[in-house]
Amino acid sequence: MTAATDGIDLTGLTAGPAQTWGAVRLVPLLRPIPITDLRLHACLYDPDELSIVHTGPCTAYLSYIPHAFVATWTTDTTPAAAYGTQLRDSVDTGAPTGIRLAFRRRLARREDRQRLRFLPLHLAMEGYLALQFGGPPIAWQEWTRHAVTRGLSPRVEASYTGASIAGLDDALRVFEIHPDQCGMVLYVADALAATFVVPHPDDYRALHPTLLQDFYGELLFHYTHLYPAVPDFTPRLDDTRIASVADLRAQLAQVGADWTAFHALMADGLLAAERLTVTPVQRMGRFTLARFLPAFNPEAESHIGETITDEAGQLAYLKTFRLSAAQTRRGHLLSQLAANDWDLDATATALGTDRDGLVQRLDRAGFGHLLRPGIIDACRKRARELRSRATKAGPMK
Amino acid sequence: MWRADRVACEDVVMFVNAAIASTAQREFRSGAAAQRLSLGFLHEYVLGNYRDLYAATLALEVNHLNAAMVVTNLLRTAREASDQQRAVEGRLIAARLRSLPPQRVYGVLRELRRLGVNNRRTRVIVRDWVAARPDPAFDAIKYRRSLSIAARHAHLRLPGEVGTVLFDWRRPKRYETPILEAWRRAHYEHRALYELPHTVAEGLAAQHGIDRARFLSGIAPKLTDGERPRLQGTAVRHKVEAVAMDLATAPLTRLAIYALSLPRPERVRCRDELIGALQAAARRAARRQAGTWGRVVAVLDDSYSAAGSGVKRRRPLAVALATHYLLEALAADYTGLWLHHRGDPLLVHPIGATGLGVRIVDALERRPDRLVIVSDGWDNDPPGQAAEVLRVWRTRLDPDQATSVVHLNPVYDADTFDVRRLAAGVATVGVRDAEDAAALVELARFATGSAGFDELRRHLADRVERFLNAEEAVS
Repeated sequence: MTAATDGIDLTGLTAGPAQTWGAVRLVPLLRPIPITDLRLHACLYDPDELSIVHTGPCTAYLSYIPHAFVATWTTDTTPAAAYGTQLRDSVDTGAPTGIRLAFRRRLARREDRQRLRFLPLHLAMEGYLALQFGGPPIAWQEWTRHAVTRGLSPRVEASYTGASIAGLDDALRVFEIHPDQCGMVLYVADALAATFVVPHPDDYRALHPTLLQDFYGELLFHYTHLYPAVPDFTPRLDDTRIASVADLRAQLAQVGADWTAFHALMADGLLAAERLTVTPVQRMGRFTLARFLPAFNPEAESHIGETITDEAGQLAYLKTFRLSAAQTRRGHLLSQLAANDWDLDATATALGTDRDGLVQRLDRAGFGHLLRPGIIDACRKRARELRSRATKAGPMK
Repeated sequence: MWRADRVACEDVVMFVNAAIASTAQREFRSGAAAQRLSLGFLHEYVLGNYRDLYAATLALEVNHLNAAMVVTNLLRTAREASDQQRAVEGRLIAARLRSLPPQRVYGVLRELRRLGVNNRRTRVIVRDWVAARPDPAFDAIKYRRSLSIAARHAHLRLPGEVGTVLFDWRRPKRYETPILEAWRRAHYEHRALYELPHTVAEGLAAQHGIDRARFLSGIAPKLTDGERPRLQGTAVRHKVEAVAMDLATAPLTRLAIYALSLPRPERVRCRDELIGALQAAARRAARRQAGTWGRVVAVLDDSYSAAGSGVKRRRPLAVALATHYLLEALAADYTGLWLHHRGDPLLVHPIGATGLGVRIVDALERRPDRLVIVSDGWDNDPPGQAAEVLRVWRTRLDPDQATSVVHLNPVYDADTFDVRRLAAGVATVGVRDAEDAAALVELARFATGSAGFDELRRHLADRVERFLNAEEAVS
């Protein structure tokens, strides 16, 4: 079921020239031939309500959900019109003040034969959160009883809404959408923040404002405050090689091609990411909805996300979220633990450290509650002694 | 040219561009506060450094807001001017106030009062302007508050019943002046309402609770040319035929704004009528210059940013559309190239990115005498390509400068205190109404730095003389 691939394939999409606004650089992804038999549109929920989405019999997914998407597709490949504004107003059913809990049955479920509702990004986020959610499969004595029986629950990760990222609202407002645009790559201070691809330009136009309601990693929130502006990349024509209008046109065409190649380089962290773990979630018609997790390499940037691909593997829908460095480290630890059946000594060897080092790392990463208190305390005590010995030894030298 | 002279020349051209294009309102990319702050600073800077030239801009096609600001600033700082300067400024201010719409001038008078500017010279300027108004009684009704403020501030003597209606309006049982009597009666009688100006009648109609459709059809003959287009939507909603716009007399840019405000099926339906009106307005604006510009190609920006802002809806696009028809009238042989739109220019719609570079090559390939670019200057597909194309064209493909290139920019960029430029060697001038394009192209040679500061001074002095002669001949 789960497959490992290298990178995301953007065949059928070409990158257009970037438009910058402050620290935000927006690169449009253009699709000359749109996909017409898969359409998406936003189904807005009340932004003030906190949602609980049932994912299974015992686990509840707690998150702030700005919006959810509805996918519509036709079996006879005729162009399917977007459903337009058939959105149920959540304000009229909900109480206007306070936090209301809305129960949704699962993250992805069929609403009827032709439509599917799923919550964008939350699907991918859930994939990340559910990583080793079950806890240790073998009841090693180091882990607490709670960890063995109940797993990592509750598991919490923080992120920022687009509205809280300085300048993103203006950048999205003044962005000039191309007529054949089907996606967007968003850079903040030239760090790849998010990727968004939809099947059809009309969908994109409808969903463009929802980029502001999506959530983004902590890194990007800080970058917009640290970096005031990014420069425009201005292509320069080589005037020594131009003697006629035809030469000029050839150079302009060359500039266009260079842009696409250059962008492939810029988005390297996602497009050429190694060992992505892709898990199919649901098939509908010829399309497959899947989510992917990175290899959790602490040195590289990590993106989680969800895709819809057709039977030929062509990308119809893509949404990614950039994990912060701390989140990557947590993912790395968990995946290493899982690879070694949660055996502390074996994992420590695999990570090139000793048992105390691993325990400290687990503690710092926020997984200290999984270990028995005695183990943590002993480890902390040894570390303290080491430190005090080092400070005492220091002045004597 | 001396370095100081070049800086001075650039500063003045920058200010003129800003004073023509900016209205201190929200634009596509910057808010009203940023525009107002930026423009206010620019006024202070030019007033402090080049007072003569600052005053001389009153003779140019600066827009109403900026003309009003210039007048206020000159009167506010009159103490710093020499007697000679004051004499010229006084004539310029008087002439400019005569050509401004009355509500703008009353705005200036209110601002002078707020700033506490009250000296003999200012009072005389106010007195002369109010005395030259055709009907003081009408002003006392339509600009009631403003006139009373001006009268109190400048110690004006108001003729006959005008003073009474402003300051002692409860006393008289009836007025002899017809419009004052109509105003008195309109407080009690529906019929008298329709003899008043629209803005006054509107408030009284709301008090009387008059049905909107009935009110509109009754007040239709009293509507001004500025009010008529604004009420078109309301008229259609209430099915009032009488408010229909007179397309034959409307100015070109107003017509273009009106045409673009209609949904596209509606534009197709009245196509002949609209195009006829636009072409007639363009011929009126071109006047004697019609057909004298030779071969002209225009690159017109219909990217999404041409949609303008909530307060200036589709203004940049309307300027481009109006320029299209104006150039058609001015040129012997004309081609208009939109960035995205193909076919009937009347159906143009702001959409997509601004890829000026490729379209400029398309235009230059036709080897025109003149290339006119109408755009807000945010070339982003790819960024800066238009500048590169124009540079290569200048250096490699057209070293003799057989094609003159001019960039008309309808949007003031608050961050750079100027309209956004396309390329270093290309003249960029601000534009508000397409009708002025012919005069603005004259200014363009100062924007490239090819003409000197002395020449600019001479040009402005010449314009001032022409302006004063024309205005003083009228009065």
